[in-house]
Amino acid sequence: MKIHEYQGKEIFRKFGLPTPRGIACFSVEEAVEAAKKLGGAVWVVKAQIHAGGRGKGGGVKLARSLDEVRDLSKKILGMNLITHQTGPQGQKVRRLLIEEGADIARELYIGMVVDRGTQRVVLMASSEGGMDIEAVAANTPEKIHKVFVDPASGLKDDEARGVAKKIGIPDSALPEAAELLQNLYKCFWEMDASLAEINPLILSKANKVVALDSKLNFDDNALFRHPDVVAMRDLDEEDPLEIEASKYDLNYISLDGNIGCMVNGAGLAMATMDTVKLFGGSPANFLDVGGGATAEKVTAAFKIMLSNPKVKAILVNIFGGIMKCDTIAAGVVAAAREVKLSVPLVVRMKGTNEDLGKKILKDSGLPIISADNMGQAGQKAVASIAAKRKPPIKAKARPAKKKGRPAKKARPAPKKKAANRKKK
Amino acid sequence: MSILIDKNTRVVTQGITGKTGMFHTQTSRAYAGGKQAFVAGVNPKKAGESFEGIPIFANVLQAKKETGVNTSVIYVPPPFAASAIWEAVEADLDLVICITEGIPVRDLIEVRDRMRKKKSRTLLVGPNCPGVITPGVIKIGIMPGHIHKPGRVGVVSRSGTLTYEAVGQLTELGIGQSSAVGIGGDPVNGMKHLDVMKLFNEDPQTDAVIMIGEIGGSDEEDAARWVKANMKKPVVGFIAGVTAPPGKRMGHAGAIISGGKGTAQEKLAVMEACGIKVTKNPAEMGRLLKSVLK
Repeated sequence: MKIHEYQGKEIFRKFGLPTPRGIACFSVEEAVEAAKKLGGAVWVVKAQIHAGGRGKGGGVKLARSLDEVRDLSKKILGMNLITHQTGPQGQKVRRLLIEEGADIARELYIGMVVDRGTQRVVLMASSEGGMDIEAVAANTPEKIHKVFVDPASGLKDDEARGVAKKIGIPDSALPEAAELLQNLYKCFWEMDASLAEINPLILSKANKVVALDSKLNFDDNALFRHPDVVAMRDLDEEDPLEIEASKYDLNYISLDGNIGCMVNGAGLAMATMDTVKLFGGSPANFLDVGGGATAEKVTAAFKIMLSNPKVKAILVNIFGGIMKCDTIAAGVVAAAREVKLSVPLVVRMKGTNEDLGKKILKDSGLPIISADNMGQAGQKAVASIAAKRKPPIKAKARPAKKKGRPAKKARPAPKKKAANRKKK
Repeated sequence: MSILIDKNTRVVTQGITGKTGMFHTQTSRAYAGGKQAFVAGVNPKKAGESFEGIPIFANVLQAKKETGVNTSVIYVPPPFAASAIWEAVEADLDLVICITEGIPVRDLIEVRDRMRKKKSRTLLVGPNCPGVITPGVIKIGIMPGHIHKPGRVGVVSRSGTLTYEAVGQLTELGIGQSSAVGIGGDPVNGMKHLDVMKLFNEDPQTDAVIMIGEIGGSDEEDAARWVKANMKKPVVGFIAGVTAPPGKRMGHAGAIISGGKGTAQEKLAVMEACGIKVTKNPAEMGRLLKSVLK
C-alpha cells in the first residue's frame, strides 16, 4: 500500500526524523492559510500524488509570496500531473502540501527495501541525492553504499555512522545523521514498510540533516497490524477497477491490451497473459480469481473486465484442482448471460470435472469458443478479434512468432492450425 | 525415488482444526499412502482431542515425542504462521511445509534469521505454496493428486496452478514425476529453486527437471548458474510474466519487477546462456521436457 508524502512525513515525525514544517491542504484557501500559519518568506507548494517524479512534471514549485502560493496552488490543484510513473494518462492532483522553504547545501539519497537474497532489510545511501536513483545505480554503482541490517540487533551505531560518513556527512552532523538512519530503520521495521525512501535527504547550510521528501510503501500482508496506515489509504489514487475487484477478493490489475483474461492462480494468470502476447495479442488485464471462485465471483470478474471499454475478447483459463471445472463453467455461463456478453469468449478448462464443465458450456447454447490447451486458447482469443475486425477477409490467424525451439517439431503445429480452420 | 518426502515421511498438521487444514488433511490422507503418513495434529486449545482419528497435541514437540513425526505442514492463519514455523524448527523436524498465504514479510525475515543463527537443519518449503508431492506415494499440500503420475521428472516452481499445468502436461504425454515442489510466491521464503535443484541432481530416481519461475528477485538466475556448473541432468524452464508491467505486484507478493530488476526477459536470457532450454509458450513445457529425455 502507498501513502502520500505528507502522510509519510507524519509517520517520520513519530519516529523522530527531522522534516520541514508543513500542512496538507485540499483547497486554494487552505493553502494560503497554511502558508500564513507557517510564516516565513518562502514556501514550497507540492502536489500530493502517489507517483514519483512530481518535481519534473511541474508538481513542485517555490512560492515567494502569499499571492504566489495562491497562484501556484490554483495551478497545481486539479491539474493532471504526468510523470514517468503515472503513465501518459497522468494523475489528477487533489491534495497539496504547503511546506516551509529549506536552505539546501547538499542533497543526499537514503532508501530501504527488503533484500530477497540476504533476507534482510538493506539500507542504501548515496551522495547523489535528488536524482533518479536507478540511474545512479546503473551508471555509478560505487556511489551507492549498502548495509544489510541484522534483524535481531537493528541498525547499529557504527553501521549508521559509517554509511553517513561515506555519503559525505561532515563530522559535526554525524551523530544526528546516524540517529536519523537508525530511526528510519525503526520506522521501516515497526511499520512493516516494504519501501522507505528519502530523496532528497538534505544537509542544510547550518549542517542539519532534514528529510525533504518521504516515500513509504507498506507490506499489504501486514496491514492488519496497522489500522492507522490503512486509514491513510487514498482511493482516488487507485485504479477504480482494482478497487472494485478487491471487494470480491479478486486480484485484478489493469493493462493496456484488449483481451480480458480470467485465470485461477497468479502464476497461471501471468502465463496466460504471456500466451496472448506470444500469439500477437495483448492482455487487457491480470486477473486471478483465486482458489475458491464461486459463480458470484466469476460474474463480478466478468463485469469488471467488461467495464474496460478496450476489451474486445475474453479468455478464461482454469486449471481445476480444488476448484471444480463444472462449478466454474456454471459461473461462466451465468455471468455471460447476466452481462449479455457481446465479445467473443474463449474458455480453456483442465482438471477436476473437466468433461462436465465442457458439457455445461456446450449445452448453454452460448457462442463460447472452446480450447484444449492454453496455447490454443491464446491463439483463438487473438484470432477471434482479428475475425471480428475484418469480416470480409477470411481472417488468417497471425502466425505464432518464431519460437525456434527444437522441441517444437512439425507435428503439433499443423494440428493447431487445423483446429483453427475448423472454428471458422 | 523422490526428494524431500517418501513413504517413511510422518506428518504433523499445524492448524489441523481450521477449515483449510481439515479439508486438505482429508484429501492428503486419501491420497496413496496418506493414511500411514498423517499421524498427528497440533492445536494448543484442543490437545487430547482428535480429528478423524488423528490425535491432536498441544505442540509440535509433543506430537514428535508421541508419534515420531519428522515433517510438518502448516495451515495456520497468517498472523500466527511464522511462530508455527519456529515451533516446528525448535522441535528439530526434518522438513516444514508452510502453505499459508499472506504472512507479513517482517515475520519471515525474523524466523529465517533465527533459523540461520540456530544453524537449524530443518528445511522450510514455502510459505504461500501448494506443498510437495511424490506421486503415488505421498502428497503434502493442496495440489490435486489425481493429475500426477509416478515417474522420473522433477518439477520445481514458485506458482501453484502453473505447477499443476506442467504436471498435467507431463502426465498427458505419459511422463511421470519423481517429486513436484512448490516453493511459493513470497519474496522471503525457505528453499529456493537452487536448493531443490541440488536435491533433484542427487536423486537417482530423477532424470530431468522442469524449473518454473516468474518475475521478481533473482532466484531463477542463481539456480541457472548453478545448473551450468553442476547439474548432471537436463533442465528445461519457463518464466511467467513477460507481459507484466514493472512496479506492479502480480498476485504473488514476490512477483514484482522493481528497479528494472527481475524481468522475465532477463531470467530467460540467463537460463538459456546456462544451457537450460526454455519455452515462451507455457503450453509447451511438457513437450519441451520430452525433447530432452534420453
